[in-house]
Amino acid sequence: MADRAYISTRKGLFELGRTAQGWQLQDKHFFGEPVSMALHDTRDGALYAALNLGHFGAKLHRRDAGGEWKEVAVPVYPPKPEGSEDKTDWKLRQIWSLEAGGPDQPGVLWAGTLPGGLFKSEDRGETWQLVESLWNVEGRSQWFGGGYDVPGIHSICVDPRDSRSVLVGISCGGAWLTEDGGASWNLRTRGMAARYMPPEMQNLGEVQDPHRIVRCAGQPDVLWCQHHCGIWRSTDNGQNWEEVTDAPLSTFGFAVAVHPRDPDTAWFAPAVADQQRVPIEAALAVNRTDNGGRHFVSERAGLPQEHCYDLVYRHGLAVADDGKTLVMGSTTGGLWLSESGGAKWDTISTTLPPVYAVRFA
Amino acid sequence: MAQIIFTQQLARFLPVPELATAALTLRAALSEAFADNPRLGAYVLDDQGHLRENVVIFIDGQRTRDRMLLDDPLRPDSRIYILQALSGG
Repeated sequence: MADRAYISTRKGLFELGRTAQGWQLQDKHFFGEPVSMALHDTRDGALYAALNLGHFGAKLHRRDAGGEWKEVAVPVYPPKPEGSEDKTDWKLRQIWSLEAGGPDQPGVLWAGTLPGGLFKSEDRGETWQLVESLWNVEGRSQWFGGGYDVPGIHSICVDPRDSRSVLVGISCGGAWLTEDGGASWNLRTRGMAARYMPPEMQNLGEVQDPHRIVRCAGQPDVLWCQHHCGIWRSTDNGQNWEEVTDAPLSTFGFAVAVHPRDPDTAWFAPAVADQQRVPIEAALAVNRTDNGGRHFVSERAGLPQEHCYDLVYRHGLAVADDGKTLVMGSTTGGLWLSESGGAKWDTISTTLPPVYAVRFA
Repeated sequence: MAQIIFTQQLARFLPVPELATAALTLRAALSEAFADNPRLGAYVLDDQGHLRENVVIFIDGQRTRDRMLLDDPLRPDSRIYILQALSGG
């Protein structure tokens, strides 16, 4: 049973714990500092926190099981070659995503960064290497910012069957798959449509904006994507994507969570549209499908239903290993928890700092 | 010897010693200061060795002139203040 979640916010990292009295906010770390992402590594119990200090840059801290916080290294971009036509500064702006490697790769971590870098650590964050094969793909020149001024990697989906197989999602740069541990990469966006582009460019892979991609751990060929232009699902490890058009309220949003074993069950947090990023009619709902996207239920019980302007961002919705405990945090400081697969929600707080990421231990 | 004084705001994260240097330029002084303490250097300079956007350095009351080269000259009695700028944050 899930009993702990980590809430990364604009003003610190908060621990949410399950107690006899229900779920409660407990310890806080890096209080007052922006925490862009946290990761609990189930392989060794370590907790990682990525900070984004306004003045002093992006930092990474690790707390080993039973230990104290220790600052470790951050990804460092190589010097930009002289004469490069790349308009992007090769400088770390933020650690946007952090994932553990597979169980057969102790110590391996992946970090997705702004501007558009994928980095790998083989020693628990003590050192990092840029995955140059992805940084140097021909299509990178077409990537652009989505959510930030520069492109960023927000989704890193390690295949539980084969740790060398990793799919990443980039805003805006499409979805890319490696099957050889990062030596080579292929675009995996067939079927996606970037309707914000001129008509002749809408199907280009490198300009897609998958807001978030998650893999079903139990059936890893199934991936769900909340895209800027709607919801897509793949059942063949990203080879092909099929649009899901029947979601009620809206198919616009940022977050998606997928049941850890049932590939047909997924949750979304719909917002009005690109042009109006608030819940529909100022009432918060979570769309859930149990049959692969053919039908959805809009769950509202326990969620604010008037004067609610909470937006759930890319990493703001997570489901625990039990497949029924969910946590959701918003950009306006709302935090809700459900132990019933989203059918009923309890309010943890409506006054937190802006929530960047939520995830279970 | 020129003195390098770091903002105490950094003390939240790591020790911020006051250092003395015989270097003749700011770049050389910083290189010396960070040689034994690269983590401190990463709070002041970015990946490419440029002054972070929201950090400011004053030498003898004058703001430094180039954030990339950091080639301002130092006098033997210069006082170098490394501060968070009133931006970003």
